Order: sequence, then structure tokens, then C-alpha cells
Amino acid sequence: MFNEYALHHAWLIPLLPAIAFVVIGFFLRKSPVLSAFLAITMSMVSFILSLGVGYGVVVQHITVEHPLIDKIPWVDIAGLSINMGMYIDPVSALMLFIVTLVSLLVQIYAVGYMKGDDGFGRFFAYLSLFAATMLGLIIAVNFVQMFIFWELVGLCSYLLIGYYFHKPSACEASKKAFMTTRIGDFGLLLGILLLQIVFGTLDFAQLTIAIPEYVQQYGTGVLTVAALLIFAGPIAKSGQFPLHVWLPDAMEGPTPVSALIHAATMVVAGVYLVVRVFFLYSMLPNVMLIIAWVGGFTACFAATIAITQQDIKRILAYSTISQLGYMMLALGVGSVTASMFHLMTHAFFKALMFLAAGSVMHGLHDKGNIFEMGGLRHKMPITFAAMTIGVLAISGIPPFAGFFSKDEILLAVSEVSAPLYIIAVVTAFMTAFYMFRLLFLVFCGPEKPENNPHEAPSTMKFSLIILSIFAIIGGYIPHVYHFGEWIRFGDASHEGLNWTIAATSMVLSVLAMALAWLIYGSGKVSPDRLAMRFSTLYNVSYHKYYIDELYLWLNYTFVRGFGKILYWLDLYIVDGIVNGLAKLTYRMGDELRQWQTGYLQQYGLILFGAILIMVVWLVITAPISMASLRGGAY
Amino acid sequence: MISLVHYLTVAAILFIIGVYGVLTKRNIVTILMSIELMLNAVNINLVAFSRFIQPEVLTGQVFSIFTITVAASEVAVGLALLFRVYHDYDTVHIDKLNRMRW
Amino acid sequence: MDDLVYTIAFYILAAITIASAIGVVTKHNLVHSALLMALCFIGISGLYVLLQADFLAAVQILVYSGAVAILIVLGIMLTQRRSMENTNPNSGWPRGAAVVCALLFVVILIVIAATPWHYSSSMAAQDTPSVLARLLFTDYMVAFEAAAVLLLAAMMGAIVLAKGGEEK
Repeated sequence: MFNEYALHHAWLIPLLPAIAFVVIGFFLRKSPVLSAFLAITMSMVSFILSLGVGYGVVVQHITVEHPLIDKIPWVDIAGLSINMGMYIDPVSALMLFIVTLVSLLVQIYAVGYMKGDDGFGRFFAYLSLFAATMLGLIIAVNFVQMFIFWELVGLCSYLLIGYYFHKPSACEASKKAFMTTRIGDFGLLLGILLLQIVFGTLDFAQLTIAIPEYVQQYGTGVLTVAALLIFAGPIAKSGQFPLHVWLPDAMEGPTPVSALIHAATMVVAGVYLVVRVFFLYSMLPNVMLIIAWVGGFTACFAATIAITQQDIKRILAYSTISQLGYMMLALGVGSVTASMFHLMTHAFFKALMFLAAGSVMHGLHDKGNIFEMGGLRHKMPITFAAMTIGVLAISGIPPFAGFFSKDEILLAVSEVSAPLYIIAVVTAFMTAFYMFRLLFLVFCGPEKPENNPHEAPSTMKFSLIILSIFAIIGGYIPHVYHFGEWIRFGDASHEGLNWTIAATSMVLSVLAMALAWLIYGSGKVSPDRLAMRFSTLYNVSYHKYYIDELYLWLNYTFVRGFGKILYWLDLYIVDGIVNGLAKLTYRMGDELRQWQTGYLQQYGLILFGAILIMVVWLVITAPISMASLRGGAY
Repeated sequence: MISLVHYLTVAAILFIIGVYGVLTKRNIVTILMSIELMLNAVNINLVAFSRFIQPEVLTGQVFSIFTITVAASEVAVGLALLFRVYHDYDTVHIDKLNRMRW
Repeated sequence: MDDLVYTIAFYILAAITIASAIGVVTKHNLVHSALLMALCFIGISGLYVLLQADFLAAVQILVYSGAVAILIVLGIMLTQRRSMENTNPNSGWPRGAAVVCALLFVVILIVIAATPWHYSSSMAAQDTPSVLARLLFTDYMVAFEAAAVLLLAAMMGAIVLAKGGEEK
């Protein structure tokens, strides 16, 4: 009964937070209690509905091949018909579950975290708007709906990164995020338009049928271009190299935002988009290879940066980029199952770690540098436990969630490409290393006397505990209950663990943990001396491969240079024409103004003279001549 | 026998006199009077048409009444403008009011 | 006999009208012009009588010879403070204006002569005020109201203009 209702009213899931946004935004902004209550209530109902959708998907045997589609026409004109609606299959049901769950927990957490903030109501309004748009993106039935919500989540991201708009750095970061993702969105839009031109439809269900036929008939040339253009969107949104630069800066936003948007949900929209249109990518092995290499490179690249960062949220941000690279890598080697599995477990443990980091910063009055922390495990036991679980999960230690999903990815990669497998394993090693580095530096060692930490309030603890549970069981339970049967593309993927691969990654993780303990935990090896020893490597990593500086330089040299050329063109060619026209007009006016005597009677004389001439001219050229008028019958 | 053509001719003469007055007189009051002459010429036309073309319905006369109404308003506003001009420029000669050039 | 009287009356009235109109634009004294204009309006009302438009003839005398002429005289009185001699001068280009006017007149005459008029032989309506009143309050109701609003607007506009704005 309920699952039936939930399935056919899945459009309520995005609508309820949207209502919350409107009501809070217009009426309740001044009342923190009411706005938080309304936002959380709506999220709760959405969450229950998406549970119902998930249950309905299982009970009613809705599979990837037989999705439930319900849509209404939005634009219907000749040659263009766009629908709005919902596309429910196991993948979108899973996404609905993840997003509503994390969004609900983050909102509960934010009640404690944002307490006393001036913009409390505004914050919850934005969070609700984000939830609404993200959920709308998930159930999109066609590219247009997807693109609309894609842009809207980008807007929410912008608003929330710039939440502390009085801080210049937050303003800069929000602008950077918006502009950088815009580059990708532009490519995405071009790709969508190309598909519309080629197929005349943007509907996912219709394209699923049309694309294989098209490939058989015409080959893959145009589709490769379209697929690459569309992939530009995910590159920007999911922080893939080279458009990853906005994500670390996005940590200027409040920590719950980082957890929700920049770790668990919005940044995986890119992964979800590729999954959604996998019917397109699966036809194009070359593009798949590019995706795999972009993902693999990003994963490794971001991990090397994360090793030397000192700000707790930046480490987590680079870790997010790295893990998103992992997901892209899994997609590139053709395993939707592994990618979505990792997406889910990552949402749990990364949100958990961000919330724990938020708790740490909350306890230390917004201090972010991990070298200024230490020994927090005594004063913040719950946070410590939560962070430990998150670190164990991301490092791939069984039986935590990350172990199963990472293993799935490694297995899928190893079957396709040996170099990529090595990259993935090295990344896994580095991930474990920098995560334990963070854990040891923050929670172990001696307490710093200048810090006066306190444990988080109960709403924050509640979210941490729930997410911890998911981070523990979120891998094992789906693994046992045949995750791959539901979330897949094409045939169901293999079952079971490959013990060679699992053991390799496990041993490497433990080694990384030991190394981290040696350097940062026990103090046997001084990190400073290591940094001196490998100063070049250290500096390159610490300065994030100078990518930001490179972009600045590129911007300065090329954009300025190009701008100078354009400036010259503008000054002498464009302005020359315009000024010439103006001069011509001026000269003509100068001549013509002699006629303007200002004497009204002269004007009147000319007026009547003109009327006279017109009448005469009309009479002469009239079709009926004067003679015929005269002789004409009455 | 006096026909429509006679009335139209009288009206035409009156109208042309009005035009001549508007185009040549310097005093704004005279110009207003000339405009009145032109309007009256039109009225004669309307009434004459009404009499000779469709005497049973008085549409032409109704239109004349409206023309008279409009003419009365025009004189009132015109004279008010005249006072304004006289007050601001201390002249009633239209050729002094040539600030609209250039 | 009636025809002859009608013809003579028409020519006399037309002569009065045209002669006084010429006087309006040629007299050098503005007051003379104004008085001649009133005379011209009376001549026109006589023409209306000949056209069996008795109500209009009355209106013509009331509104034009009465109200408009008096307004014009008031205007003259309020603006001409010195002697009335030579207060109605020519300006600009009288020759050009004369040529244009003459040509225009010729054109109008040609049009009048060339147009095939459809004369009606039926009798004119008797008792025109009641017929006009019925027309005004039935078929031309909207126009009548619009004219009323126009008069009101003209009145307010005239007051505002004559009173003048706040001098800064």
C-alpha cells in the first residue's frame, strides 16, 4: 500500500523541501526554531517517502531495464517536446535514499552547529532548496530537467559556500565555484543540444532505444563529441582534474554544507549523470577510456595533495576529489555497480568525517589547522569514535563500508587495465596514510593547553552516531543482499570478493596506518625532517601542484594578452566604425540643423507645401484619373 | 439655385484665409483666431453635407457640435498657453519663440 | 421667388463672412480683427440658418460670437498693454504663404468640382434640437461623455497653465 503510494507520488520527495524553502524564505526566516522544525519535518517526510520508493522498487520488481516513468508535458511545440516527470529505477531510488538520509542528518546536525548564527533561517532555507533541487535532479526524465536542476544545485552550492558573505574569502570561493563549474556546464549544454539536434529528443527512455540503433547505422563520430561535451559537466561538478580547483575552496562554507553538498550529494551528481546516461557512454569505448584515466589520475593526484595539507577540511576536500576520481574510474572501466556502491558508502563515511571535523572545529572555536590540535580523544570521545570509524571505512579496513566498495572498484579495474589498477592501489595506500595522519594528529598525542575543547551538543552527536552505524554496516549489508543485482548496467555483475585483491589493499592500508603512526602518532620520525628531506616533493604537494597559480598565470598571460588584442580591435576597428558613424551623423546633423530655424510658421508653411505636393502627386498617380471621376456614373 | 458646391466653395475660401493667417501673422492671438476660422470652415462643410447628402439624419450636425466643443476647449487652453508665454517671455510674437532650433 | 430670396441671402451672408474673415487676417489693429471675427461667426450662423440647421445657428452665436470672441478679447486685453496700433503685424514669408495658399485653394476647388456628389431630394429634418438631443444621448453617448471629459480636462489644463508653476 504505502510503497504503491510512494512510488506514484515520488515527485513529492523534491516538492516537500521546496515548500519548506518557500515558506521559510518568505515567512519564517526570523524564527530559528520554526524554520529548523519545518525543514527537518519536510526532510523527514521526504526520507520516509524515499524509503517507500526503495521498498516499492524491490517489491514491484522495478529494474534498470523496466523503470517506472511518469511524466507530464512541459513544452510542447512543433519539433520540440519536453516533459517533466520522474524516472524511478533502482539507481535513482538508491540516490533518493542517500540524499534524503544525509540531508536529514545534516539538518539535524546543523541545529546544533549553527545555533546562534544570525542567518539560521536563511541557512535552513538554502539547505531545503538544495535538497529539493538535488532530488529533482535525481528523478529527472530527460536532459532538460536534469540540466535545470543541475544548474539549480550549482546555485545552491554558490549560495551556501558564500553563506558567510561578509568574509571576502567566502565570496571569492563561491564565485570561483560558480565560474569553474560554469565551464563544465557550458560543455554539458552544448552536448545536450547536440543530442537534441541528432536525435530530436532528450528523453532518457527514448534515447536508450535510439542510441544503439544510431550507432549501428552511422557509427560513433558525432556521439563521441556529444559524450565528451557532456562529460565536461561531471568534470566540473564532481571536481575532476583539471576543474577540481573550486572544491577545496568551497570549504569556506559552513561545515554541514561541506558534508552535505561538497562531499555526499551534489559533487556526486556528476557521477550520477554519467550513470544515468550510461546507455550513451557504454557505446563509446574510447570515451570510457578517457573517463577511466581522468578518474584514475584525479584520484591519485588529489591524494598526493591531501598528504601535505594542514587544514582539516581541506584534507577532507582533497580526499573527496580523490574518492570521486575513484568513482569515475569505476565508471570508466564499465562498472556502474562498483561506482554507485562506492558513491553510497562514500556518502556515509565522508559525511560522517565532515560532520566529525565540524564537531572538532565547533569544539575548538573554528580552528582548522590539524597541527594545532591534539589529544582530543579524551574531551571528545563521541567525535573521536565517529572519526575513527570514518577513517577506517575510507581506508578500506574490513568490515567497514569502504572495504567492500573499494574492493569492488579495484576488482573491476584490475580486469580492464593493469596501470590503472596500480594507480588505484597506490591511491588507496595514500588515502589510508593521510587519513590516519589526520586522525593521529587531531585526536592522539598530548593535549594542547591553549585549546579548550568541549564535546558537541546532542543534535550533532545524534547525526554522528547514525552515520557511524551506516559507515559500519553500509558496505556489508548491501554486499550480502546482492547490491549488484539491482544497481547495474546490462548484466548483473559478479558476486563475492576476490581475496587476492582484497588482501592486497588491506595489507597496504595497514602498512599505511603503521607508517602514519610512526611519523605522526609516536613521533619516532619527525615530519619536519621528512619535509626538509623531500622538500621539492613536499612543496609541490603542499602548493597543490601550483594549479591555482598556473590558472592565475594562464589567466594573466593569455586572457590579458588576448584581452589586449581584443582591446586594440575594439579601440580601432569596432570603435572606429562606431565613431565614424557617429562622426558622419554629427556632420549630417550639422548640415541639417541649418534647416531648423525654430520658426513655427516656417514649419507650417513647409507642412502645407508638402501636403499640397502629396495631394497633387496622389491625384496624378491615382488609379482613377480625374477625367473618369468627372464622367463617372453617380 | 444654391447647391452644395457653393457652400463648399465658401468654406474653402474661409479655410484658405485661416491657413494664410496661421502662416503669416506674428501675433499668437491672431493665429488662434485664424485657427477658429479654419474650424468654422470645416463646420460649414459638415452642415452642408448633412443638408444636401443626408438631410433626414443629422449626423453632420452632431459632428459640428463636437467640433465646436473641441474648438472651445482649444481656445481655452490656447489662451492659457498664451498667458504663460506672455508671462515667461514677455512677448506674444511667435517669431520670438524660436528656441526650438538646433 | 423663394429661390431668388434664398440665393440673394446666401450671397450676402457669404460676402459678409468672407470679407470679415479677410479683415481678421489683414487688419493691423488686433481689436478690429477680433470684432471682425465675431462678425464672421455671425455670418456663418446665418449660413447655418440657410442650411436649416437652426439649433447649430443658435449654438454658433452663443459659443463663438459670445464665448470665444469674448475670450479672445480678454486675451488681447491681458497681453497688449500699449497702443493697439499695428498690433497685428505680418511675419516671415507672406509671399510664400500666399502662393501655397492659392495653390491649395485651387486643389480644393478642383476636388470639389471633380467629385460626383450624391444629392438627396428629401426634406430636411424639422425640429432639429429634439432630433439632435436624441442622437447625442443614444448613438453618440460615448462621444458625448468623452467631450464632457475633454472639457473638464481643458478647464483644468487652462487653470494650471494660466496659474503657472512654482518659480524656483
